[in-house]
Amino acid sequence: MDHHHDQGLAALPWELLLVAGLAGAAAGYAVAVVAARRRAGWPLHRTVLWYLGLACAAAAVTGPVAVAARTSFTAHMLGHLLLGMVAPLLIVLAAPVTLLLRALPVGRARSVTRFLRSPGVRVVAHPVTAALLNAGGLWLLYTTELFHRAHASAPLGLVVQAHVLLAGCLFTASLVGPDSRLHPVSLRVRATVLVLFVAAHSVLAKWLYAHPPATVSLQDASTGAQLMYYGGDVVDVTLMVLVAAGWYRATGRRSGVRADRIVPTVGGTASRRGAARGEERLEARSAR
Amino acid sequence: MSAAVPPERTPDGPAGTQPGADRRTVVSGFLFGCGVAASIIDLAVFHLGLQWHHFYDLSTTEVALVADGVFHALGWFVTVWSLFLLADVRRRAEVVWRRWAGAVTAGVGAFQLFDGVVDHKVLGIHQIRYGVDLLPYDVVWIGSAVVVLLAGLVVLRRTRPARAGG
Repeated sequence: MDHHHDQGLAALPWELLLVAGLAGAAAGYAVAVVAARRRAGWPLHRTVLWYLGLACAAAAVTGPVAVAARTSFTAHMLGHLLLGMVAPLLIVLAAPVTLLLRALPVGRARSVTRFLRSPGVRVVAHPVTAALLNAGGLWLLYTTELFHRAHASAPLGLVVQAHVLLAGCLFTASLVGPDSRLHPVSLRVRATVLVLFVAAHSVLAKWLYAHPPATVSLQDASTGAQLMYYGGDVVDVTLMVLVAAGWYRATGRRSGVRADRIVPTVGGTASRRGAARGEERLEARSAR
Repeated sequence: MSAAVPPERTPDGPAGTQPGADRRTVVSGFLFGCGVAASIIDLAVFHLGLQWHHFYDLSTTEVALVADGVFHALGWFVTVWSLFLLADVRRRAEVVWRRWAGAVTAGVGAFQLFDGVVDHKVLGIHQIRYGVDLLPYDVVWIGSAVVVLLAGLVVLRRTRPARAGG
């Protein structure tokens, strides 16, 4: 098996790489908030969401859950739920791209926008691509040998964890959140992708229940698979609420119904500034 | 400014007096009924409450497993969506709640009927209960679904908005 060859590599604290990445993200956001506050302001709740998201991701890669995940499938699943679904949702709602654009000087913000709107980024950030990367990664992990290899080899495990987090963020950002305004995608596409993703996720959970990885006990597999199914539901339904709320706001704005009965945007300031830049128009288009 | 707002968007008067709003009230209620029956009633009553269903009975074909996954996802989506649709009707017009309730009832009945016939019998995703003679369960399930559906349709008929000018 691989772990005999990887003894030397396994001795390295690989998980520290991910922790260092998360610490960098924590510091970077703080610097950007300071810069953005000097120009306009930044809602406190977004900052709170960011650090909660990073905390969830950190809890999945290091500490008691990560240690337990080496032997318990249920703990492994809890870690994946935190890393691949809960943390991405919180991170995306913290609007890091919007913050970056606000923190940078206008000229550099424009080049970042140009890069984010380039065809390559557009393709990768499209809900269909993002969903395939996200769900495809999960299917590979649980239906092939990858699950055992990732547990046996620390570097490979690190790559899998990084993929789970990044693909989760990409998928979430393609569907909801203020940053998704950069790539407006029709509501129909987003809703369809979300429903198909939820279906794939629940099918995989039931498939795992029936075909657990070889080393996992039946009891552990049953609890882990149900955690995946119902825990995934909680995050998925939250995503559905956010997609539907986006439609509700955009359709109200388009048809000019009484503003006082429209649910306020998560970041009122972000939305007003967006309007000034014509980004609101994009959001309205994306809700069609 | 107000001259630019089309008449159907004026936010006063009951939904019944506005054709668009009435249709959307019924759609919202029907979808909510279907969604609630699919995602919540099954989970709360038969899975957690009576414990007649299990998480997965391991007997399902792959096609049925995928169909089950899609129904599961659609059930939640429709539940969420229908409530935002209702909120949208509410901010444009007054909701006729009896009509909405009728549509919800019809939706629950329609989904239970679909579940009892297609999911249980045609696709065989799962059964109502295990280790018992299924016939009485199926009869009661499908029969009650038809009764609920008809009751919802009766309420919908009775709460039909009066035709304009009639």
